[in-house]
Amino acid sequence: MKLIFERSQPGRRGGEPPRYDNLPRVDVPDELSRAEPPRLPELSEPEILRHFTALSNRNFGIDTGFYPLGSCTMKYNPRINERLVGLPGFAHLHPHQEEDGAQGALELMWRLQEILAEVTGLHAVSLQPAAGSQGEITGLMLMHAYFADRGEDEQRRKIVIPDTAHGTNPASVTMAGYEVTPVKTDPRGNIDVDDLRRKVDGHTAGLMLTNPSTLGLFDENIEEIERIFHGSGALMYYDGANLNAVCGISRPGDMGFDIVHINLHKTFSQPHGGGGPGGGPIAVRDMLEQFLPVPGMVRDGDAFRLDHDRPKSIGKVRGFTGPFGVFVRSYAYIRSYGPRLREMSEVAVLNANYLLARLKDTYDLPFDRLCMHEFVLSARWLKREHGVTASDVAKRLMDYGFHPPTVYFPLIVPEALMIEPTETEPKENLDAFADAMIAIAREAAEEPEIVKAAPTSRPIRRADEVKAAKQPVVRYLFDEHPSRVQEPAGVTPES
Amino acid sequence: MSFLSLTDADREAMLAEIGVDSVDELFRDIPAGMRFDRALDLEPPLTELELQRHLEALAARNVDTTKELSFLGAGIYDHYVPAIADAVLQRGEFLTAYTPYQPEMSQGILQAIFEYQTVICELTGMDVSNASGYDGTTVAADACLIAKHATGRSKIVVTEATNPQVRQVVKTYARGFGLDVVEVPHRAGATDADELASASQDAAAVIFQQPNFFGVLEPAPDLAAAANDAGALAIAHVDPMSLGVLEAPGAYGCAIAIGEGQGTGNYPAYGGPHYGFLAARNEFIRRMPGRIIGETTDLDGDRAYVLTLQTREQHIRREKATSNITTNQTLLALQGLVTLSWLGPQGIRDVGETCMSLAAYAQERLGLELVFADRPTFKEFAVRVGRSARDVIRDSRERGVHPGYALRRDYEGLDDALLVCVTEKRTPADVERLAEVLHEVAG
Repeated sequence: MKLIFERSQPGRRGGEPPRYDNLPRVDVPDELSRAEPPRLPELSEPEILRHFTALSNRNFGIDTGFYPLGSCTMKYNPRINERLVGLPGFAHLHPHQEEDGAQGALELMWRLQEILAEVTGLHAVSLQPAAGSQGEITGLMLMHAYFADRGEDEQRRKIVIPDTAHGTNPASVTMAGYEVTPVKTDPRGNIDVDDLRRKVDGHTAGLMLTNPSTLGLFDENIEEIERIFHGSGALMYYDGANLNAVCGISRPGDMGFDIVHINLHKTFSQPHGGGGPGGGPIAVRDMLEQFLPVPGMVRDGDAFRLDHDRPKSIGKVRGFTGPFGVFVRSYAYIRSYGPRLREMSEVAVLNANYLLARLKDTYDLPFDRLCMHEFVLSARWLKREHGVTASDVAKRLMDYGFHPPTVYFPLIVPEALMIEPTETEPKENLDAFADAMIAIAREAAEEPEIVKAAPTSRPIRRADEVKAAKQPVVRYLFDEHPSRVQEPAGVTPES
Repeated sequence: MSFLSLTDADREAMLAEIGVDSVDELFRDIPAGMRFDRALDLEPPLTELELQRHLEALAARNVDTTKELSFLGAGIYDHYVPAIADAVLQRGEFLTAYTPYQPEMSQGILQAIFEYQTVICELTGMDVSNASGYDGTTVAADACLIAKHATGRSKIVVTEATNPQVRQVVKTYARGFGLDVVEVPHRAGATDADELASASQDAAAVIFQQPNFFGVLEPAPDLAAAANDAGALAIAHVDPMSLGVLEAPGAYGCAIAIGEGQGTGNYPAYGGPHYGFLAARNEFIRRMPGRIIGETTDLDGDRAYVLTLQTREQHIRREKATSNITTNQTLLALQGLVTLSWLGPQGIRDVGETCMSLAAYAQERLGLELVFADRPTFKEFAVRVGRSARDVIRDSRERGVHPGYALRRDYEGLDDALLVCVTEKRTPADVERLAEVLHEVAG
C-alpha cells in the first residue's frame, strides 16, 4: 500500500485555516524564518480519509476480534466512554483554567483517587504518571525520597526483582539510579523464598513484584515475602499490570505493598490506541503521601483544588495532573461496575481457567496450577517434535482470525505462549480459540510447513525484522526512498 | 452495567470443565489472610444512561473554551482540530489495538506511525523520530538521558525561558539519571547567547524553547551555536504549529528537537492525553528511547513495517535499556499525523501567519505595555495589566473572557504580567472583545 507521501500532488490541499488578509502581515526575521517548507502530505480531505481508512483495514483491534495478548488485558472498550470524553466540558477544558472553572474535572479526579485507594487498599493516590512504566519510576523516586528522609538513601541501593518480571521493572530501576538484584522462581512458580532471604539485607531499598505474576500465578508465599522485606526496613512495590485478576478479591495494600501502580489502559479499559495512551496512577501507604508528585488533588468541603504545597514532594513527572481523558474513561468504566468489579475479576479468572483446562493436554504447562486471569503455556514439545515454535503457532493463529497471545515472555518459560482472554469474551470465542490452538498442534504434527509458512491471510506475510534493524529506514526519504512507489498518485483500489 | 458475556449455563459448563465447584475455588492459591472479606466500598453500578447524566453533570461544572472566550496558552493551545482527526481516531481498528508487536496484524498503525515519524522529521529537520513520548515535558527528560550517554557529561543547562513544567520534570528525573541541572536566566524575555555559552561549558546538553515560554522568538541559531561550541547537544523544544514559518531546529545545528504535540491535533483536555515528540540526528538513533517503526520487506518481498531497533528497548535489554518506556501516545500522534496531513505545507504556514497577524493585531488593540518589547513574538505575548494579573483574570472571567496566563505563577517579579495567546481559532472580533474587557479591568 502507498505511503501518504506517495499519494501527494504538489499544490493539492486538504484543510484551509482562516486567513485575515486585512490584518497587517507580520514577517519573521530572516535569520529565524523557514527556508525550506516541510514536505507534509498534499492531499484533498476525502483522499486523506480514504488513506487512513485503508490503513485501519490493515489493522486488528479488540473491535475486530479476540485479542488474548497476555499481560495486556485486552478487554472491550465501551463506546459510551468515548462519547463522554468528547463532552466539551472535558475535551475543551484548558489545563490552566482557574480552579473555580474546573470543579467538575477536579471532582472527577478526586473521586477516581478515592476509588483507586479503595481498590488497592492504600491511602493516597497520585494520578500524574502517564503509563505503568512511568508509575514504576515514580514509585522508585518515592523510595529514594523516603529513604533520604530517613538518612538511609546512600545505604539502600538495591531493588529486588524476580526473573519473571516485565522488562520495564529493571529498566525503571536503572533510570531511577538503583541496582537490580534478581531473584529466582521456585518450582511452583512463586518467588524462591530461600533465594530471597539470601539477597535481602540492609542495602535493599525494595521489591518490585507483579502479583499475580506474569505466569498468571498468585504468589503463595506473599505473607513470608512481606515479612522479609518489611523486616529489613525495605519497601514493597506492586506492579499493577495484573490487577484485573484481583479487584475486590485481594488488595495489594492488604498484601503488604507500600506502592502500587494501576494500568488504567488494562484493568480499567482505556483503549490502548495501537500503543498508547495509557495511565499509570500510583497509590501509596500513608507514610509516603508527603513525597507524591505535585500538585496533589484535595477536597475542601464542597470545593476541590490543587495542592502545590508539598515541600517533600519528588516534583513533577509529567505535565499538569496527568492524562485527564484517560481518567474520564476509566472513571466511567469503574462507575459502570461499582462493587461488581469483583465479578469482573472473577469472570476474568474463570475465562482464563476454562481456556487453560481446554488447552493443557495439548500444550505443555510449565506450572500445573489453577491460574488467575492469564496463563503461560509452552510450545517446547511442538518445537522438539516437529520444529514448530511459539512464534509459528502465533502466526498461524492469525489465519484462524485471532490475534496471537504474547510470545517468548516471561523469559523463564521456553517457547512461551502467554494467554489472557479477559472477562468480556463469551464462551463461544474461548471455544473457537481453543479449537484453533488444538488444530494448530495437529497441523504441526501432520503438516508443519503450513504452520511455518503462516500467515497467508493477512495483508503481509512474515516481515523481515532483521533487515529492518540492520539497515534502518525509519522515515520516508522522498526521491531517495528505496521502495518508492513510482506510479502516478491518486486513487488506487486497496484490497 | 457490566460488559460481561457469560450466561449462568456457560458458567456451570466452564466450572465443570475446569473441575471445580465454584468460582471461589479458583482463588484457593490466595492465602486466607490476604482475601478481601467485604464488598468494595464503591457507589452502586450505573446504567449507561445514568452514567451519561452523571458525567454530563460533572462536565457542566467546567468552564471550557466553548463557554468562555479564552486566550489561555502557556504550553497547551486551542488550535483547530479537524473533524477527520476525530473520525480516524474513532476507527476501532486503531482505537482498540495494542502495541504492534505482531506486524502482520498491525500494518495499519505501523505504517501510520512511520508516516508520523516522517512528518515530525520534516517539521524539525531531523533524521529520526520515535513513535512519540508521553508529553512535551517527559521528552525533555528523555533527551537529557541521550545527551548524558552521548557525551559522558552530567550537566544539563536549561534556559529559564523554557516552559516551567518542562524544567520541573527534567529536575525530577535528573536525580535518578545522576545529572545536575543549571538554569540560565532570561534577559528581558530572551536568552543571551554569550551567557548561555559560558554556562554550557562541560554540559551534556543545552535545552532552550523556541518560541520560548513568553512567546518570544529566541536567537535560536546563536543558542544552538553556543551549545555546539561547548560540545554539548543543542536541544530545541519547539512548537510544531510554528514550524511552517519558523526555521527547523535541524537547519540551525540542533542535535535533538522535542516538543508538545498537543496543539497539532489534540484537544486541550485538561492536560492530556497528548503526545510529546522527540526527533534527532541520525547519529543518535541507537540511543533513542521508545518505539521506532522501520521499513522492511515480507517473505514475498513486499514492503512492510515493523517495530525496529528493539535491542534498545526494555523488553529485550531490561536494565540496560535506553528507557523504560513501553506505552507511548500512538493514538494522539496519529491524530497529529491526520491533522498535519490535512494542513499540508501551505496550511501549516497559513496557521503560523494567521497566529502572528492576530497576535500583532491584539498587541495593538490592547494598547497595554509589552513586558518584553525588544524581540519579536509568535502567537503569545506578555503585557502589563497594571495590577495583579490574577485579579484581572478573575474580573475578566466575570465578563466571559479568559484573558490569559498569570506569569507570576512561575516567575517572581511579574505580578502584573499577563501572557496572552492568540490562535487561528480566535477572530479579530474576539480580539476586540478582549481589548474591551481589559480596558475595563486592567489597572
